[in-house]
Amino acid sequence: MVSPILELTDINKSFGHVHANKNINLKINKGTIHGIIGENGAGKSTLMSIVFGLYQANSGSIKINGKEINLRSPRDSIINGIGMVHQHFMLVENFTVLENIILGFEGETVFGEKLQKAKEDLEKLCQTYNFNIDLDATISDLSVGFRQRVEILKSLYRGAEILILDEPTGVLTPQEVDELFKILRSLKDEGKTIVLITHKLIEIMDLTSEVSVMRQGEMVGHTKTEDTSKEQLAEMMVGRSVLLRVDKKDIKKGETIFKVNNLSVKNDLDVTRVKDVNLEICSGEILGIAGVTGNGQTELLEALSGIRKVESGSIELFGEKISDQNNFLNPRMLKEKGLAHVPEDRQRMGLISDFKAHENLIFGYHDQEPYSKSAILNNKEITEYSNKVMQEYDVRPNSPNLITSNFSGGNQQKIILSRELNENPKVLLVGQPTRGVDIGAIEFIHQRLIDMRDKGAAILLASVELDEILSLSDRIIVMFDGKIVGEKENKNVTDRELGLLMAGVA
Amino acid sequence: MEFLSDIASLINSTLRISTPLVFAAMAGIFAERSGVIDFSLEGKMLMAAFVAAVGSYYLGNPWLGLLLAIIVCVCLSMLHGFASVTHKGDQVVSCVAINILIIGLTTALAAAWFGQAGLTPTLNEDQRFLEIHLPFADALRDIPFIGTLYSDILSGHYVFVYLAYLSVPLVFWIVFKTSFGLRLRAVGENPSAVDTAGINVFTMRYKALAINGVLIAFAGAHLSTAVNANFFREMSAGRGYLALAAMIFGKWHPKTALIACLLFGFTDALQIRLQGVELPAIGEIPVQLIQALPYILTVVLLAGFVGKAIAPNAIGQPYIKER
Repeated sequence: MVSPILELTDINKSFGHVHANKNINLKINKGTIHGIIGENGAGKSTLMSIVFGLYQANSGSIKINGKEINLRSPRDSIINGIGMVHQHFMLVENFTVLENIILGFEGETVFGEKLQKAKEDLEKLCQTYNFNIDLDATISDLSVGFRQRVEILKSLYRGAEILILDEPTGVLTPQEVDELFKILRSLKDEGKTIVLITHKLIEIMDLTSEVSVMRQGEMVGHTKTEDTSKEQLAEMMVGRSVLLRVDKKDIKKGETIFKVNNLSVKNDLDVTRVKDVNLEICSGEILGIAGVTGNGQTELLEALSGIRKVESGSIELFGEKISDQNNFLNPRMLKEKGLAHVPEDRQRMGLISDFKAHENLIFGYHDQEPYSKSAILNNKEITEYSNKVMQEYDVRPNSPNLITSNFSGGNQQKIILSRELNENPKVLLVGQPTRGVDIGAIEFIHQRLIDMRDKGAAILLASVELDEILSLSDRIIVMFDGKIVGEKENKNVTDRELGLLMAGVA
Repeated sequence: MEFLSDIASLINSTLRISTPLVFAAMAGIFAERSGVIDFSLEGKMLMAAFVAAVGSYYLGNPWLGLLLAIIVCVCLSMLHGFASVTHKGDQVVSCVAINILIIGLTTALAAAWFGQAGLTPTLNEDQRFLEIHLPFADALRDIPFIGTLYSDILSGHYVFVYLAYLSVPLVFWIVFKTSFGLRLRAVGENPSAVDTAGINVFTMRYKALAINGVLIAFAGAHLSTAVNANFFREMSAGRGYLALAAMIFGKWHPKTALIACLLFGFTDALQIRLQGVELPAIGEIPVQLIQALPYILTVVLLAGFVGKAIAPNAIGQPYIKER
């Protein structure tokens, strides 16, 4: 009989009107890898932040090794052997690895002996787990994968017996994911307990022995991983059955309508982020750009959509040059020529979060008939249109007067998508269409993109989700360090192959 | 020999003039390294000058005046913290409010208590700080070079001058060699990292602001109870802003901030020396231009020569823990 190392009973937590956790019960057994799966906003991270002492529950109790404890701050949790690796790393970028790890647990007022001892202890830990981390390296010089290791090392150094990881694989290449999983398995073998929060079914199946499913703030099921399947878990997460694969007809490729020649683009810090990129997209085709975040995809999309200046090279639409280093068309002119853009960062560029939904639904077209006449907005027309389109795109709640920031990520994305697809663009640039979007909405968004392709649009899709690239694209290019390092027809390509290219090693 | 004594007196006044700037810049480093913008250095310095002068006048002891000034300045820092740390208000607005409040308050209180708007009574020798003459200063004066260095440059300053320059290595040590300093720098860079390390972000910022209040009080007391013998209206004269510029110029680092303060102090000392002096080939430089020199230098340095000053990452952002 295994006794639970962590036991949560009737945990409740509200943020204002949002009931993020409702009567949550959870038992986690010692020495296991326990998955917690659920859509974005299901309350997984909130629950684990309560266990880590970052938030305080409104009611309920937490027991560690059968003893009830009161977690008022992360310090209490750390002392009780709980460590957490957050989705956004909690590291000070201009500090060294060592400084980040000892922060808060220095053990002395003036640095001296203890610092030396910490260093020795950490070197031993690094050897034990084969971490290969330079303790004196500055965090900003480390890759994402290494930063994550620093976070794990930090928790271990602080004596974690239970290690919580919140969406740990979102920013990693497949190879880095393999490395991480290897580390997690070896930690389990040492007797540590791992809690893995994720929305990726495949990770649950790969790694965990038990899994708990959350939906809309509630715990809807616990099961042994071997007794379940991806389909079953997806259904529990969403509350209805979900199609995990996209239905896609064979490609009906038309002529080349969008062309990029030797394009280079600099970022705001004057660093060249897109280097000599060439690509073309045909009508009726989806071209996927795979790559780890920050390898130039953002700048590429911005330049193609007319937001960022072209440093050298040119962009052609229907054989007409639309941008080079001297001239470029602004996004509005591009829109008139049939180019639409769904930006990567929907909160910053895609929407005005403080506007009402109906305002965002027509923004950019607000000065055209029928939405306005002689510079005066026609509210009746706008409301009618909004009601119609929100129904068509299944935006929930269907209330055009709600402030946009009150919609969930998926519904915000649907608002943008409806606006951009409404004019039937010939070229569609899409960045991270399903980042922070729940499974149900992903299915919908993917279907819309496929429909656009079948109608003959040329689509450029940049995504850090390899699964998305693989299931939607007809052709895939991989970006690394601003360059295109590989191009493949999407036939029998594996994520491993792409992963090697993404890491810049192939 | 006259040239040498000119130089000596120029360095001497540079050290004196830079003193309030150094205190204020060190005060600024604590606040801003913790992630809290402090535009209110100016106002707090003015308030400290007023409180120190009034305190010394009534209590008859400049040290007690300084103590009062420290208490009041720490309270003002706490007020800034209450508005911008606890209640997450805009930090710049909070500072501007404090500055405006103090300009009016000092003038009004002086009028109410002493019958003269913005002026406190002149302090006698017991009520103010006097210049400290280092031992053997007179005896060693005639030794070439070393004598000048010791007697004319190092000796004969107010206690604040010595304290200011001693504070720089102390601040450096606290910020870079202690666990408090590590947490201070972390809280200004990534407060979430500090929070998840089990340290209270708000407490850290309040501690930093308390130290800020203590340091800035010295700058004000220096003005009204050492170099002057009373408080007069707006006597801080932009030194708080200048110190802030020096701190940014020094990239939030005590050593380089010190150099910037000395540079500003030097141009100020120079402009005093240059007033009315006929320069060969140029003639007499208009006094207004000379007086503007430190400020012109500030603008030029900040605009062009410093390079990109990278502020603490989380500066100006209130820490919001729950979404």
